[in-house]
Amino acid sequence: MIHKPSRCDFCGTCVGVCPQDAIELAECELVILCDRCTMCRLCIHICPLRALELSDETRI
Amino acid sequence: MKPEYDIIIVGAGPAGSTAARMAALGGASVLLLEKDREIGIPVRCAEGVGQFGLSALIDIKPHWIAKKISGAMLHAPSGAQVPLHTEQIGYVLNRKIFDFELAQMAALAGVDIETRAFVCNLLHDAHGVAGVIVNRMGDKQTIRCKIVIGADGVESRVGRWAGLDTTTPMRDMETCAQVTIGNYNGEANTCHFYFSQRSFPGGYGWVFPKGQGMANIGLGISGKYAHLRAPCELLEDFLRQHYPHAAILTRVAGGVPCALPVSAMVANGLMIVGDAAHQVNPLTGGGIVSSMAAAQMAGRIAAEAIAKRDVSAKALSAYEKEWRRQEGKKMAMYYRLKQFVFDLDDDAFNHIANTVLKLEPKKRTMVNIFKAALLKKPSLMLDVVKLFAQR
Repeated sequence: MIHKPSRCDFCGTCVGVCPQDAIELAECELVILCDRCTMCRLCIHICPLRALELSDETRI
Repeated sequence: MKPEYDIIIVGAGPAGSTAARMAALGGASVLLLEKDREIGIPVRCAEGVGQFGLSALIDIKPHWIAKKISGAMLHAPSGAQVPLHTEQIGYVLNRKIFDFELAQMAALAGVDIETRAFVCNLLHDAHGVAGVIVNRMGDKQTIRCKIVIGADGVESRVGRWAGLDTTTPMRDMETCAQVTIGNYNGEANTCHFYFSQRSFPGGYGWVFPKGQGMANIGLGISGKYAHLRAPCELLEDFLRQHYPHAAILTRVAGGVPCALPVSAMVANGLMIVGDAAHQVNPLTGGGIVSSMAAAQMAGRIAAEAIAKRDVSAKALSAYEKEWRRQEGKKMAMYYRLKQFVFDLDDDAFNHIANTVLKLEPKKRTMVNIFKAALLKKPSLMLDVVKLFAQR
């Protein structure tokens, strides 16, 4: 998963839909916990600013 | 900040600050923690609120209000405009000031407050939740307490750490983008609502005037459709079409959990309030009043639990029971209406607008709008009458 901080508003909408509790959000810091993430892509779809993407090697 | 408190509240939005103040007034020692550096910023909100609901909860200070609203205009996909007849007065708030002062009121009631304090986990003991682990600019610190109240918003994790399911289903997450513009020249006392499945799938667009030439312009769409086009792109389309020369003062994004309330709001030593507990009107996405109402109950009942030395889930469930009795049924009705409204197609929206526009202006009420909408689903009319009649 790729997080683009320049697009991100740190709004937490992705955290709210994550079924795995795999996203950690502080004030201006967003961390995807890779050991929990199942690549379900809900966070990518819900992001109001399209700040999340799958990385090339994980894109199917 | 002391090493131990009776109650720690995570998140200093309207729910957190209100719960904190109530708990302190109830005699508990209270710490309120906010992850951002300044309370009230950024404002992730369209800032609209009903006068009736808010004044029942708090003595409204004039400087919290950016603009008093006396009218609402509903826009159909065809461009038809339906002026809603309502006796209700609304406000567009200055959330920056409002949130800041609610926290200050908590401080005056004796609450300790800290910002840039990111709660990264809960502390558990044999009885349940027993404190928080807080990251303050890189330093992790444990603070013990008897009750944690999670008021940590749409991104709530506090509840999850205690085993509550606060995850918002995709279809119920309204994903939103908004700008505040500085050269608004529309009518200053009217809020506008735009409906169209093409432009706002599973949601709506809004223009809320803030006075002095400012307005919040934004939209929210259901997560169910968010993979097709992102709110930020749809907002650009909307601005291009309606406000091509907008001077943009603020850009903000965010999500609103327009879901049914969470299935459990308490655990041993833990309560959740506000967006974290999905205490939002799922039809409108408005959450200030319902969250503050819940927070008043939660703060009061938490302080009582401290005084009685029983912070078990059973004792704290008095809060959940009271909330469900007072607000729960209403929320379920709003949820049913939301499901209906946001499944209508553009032809249906246009048809409703045309039907209502044939009525005399005084009859263009919420009840009559739904009456036109619910011809094929009259079973929901009872909900409509209960929610909107005689108000």
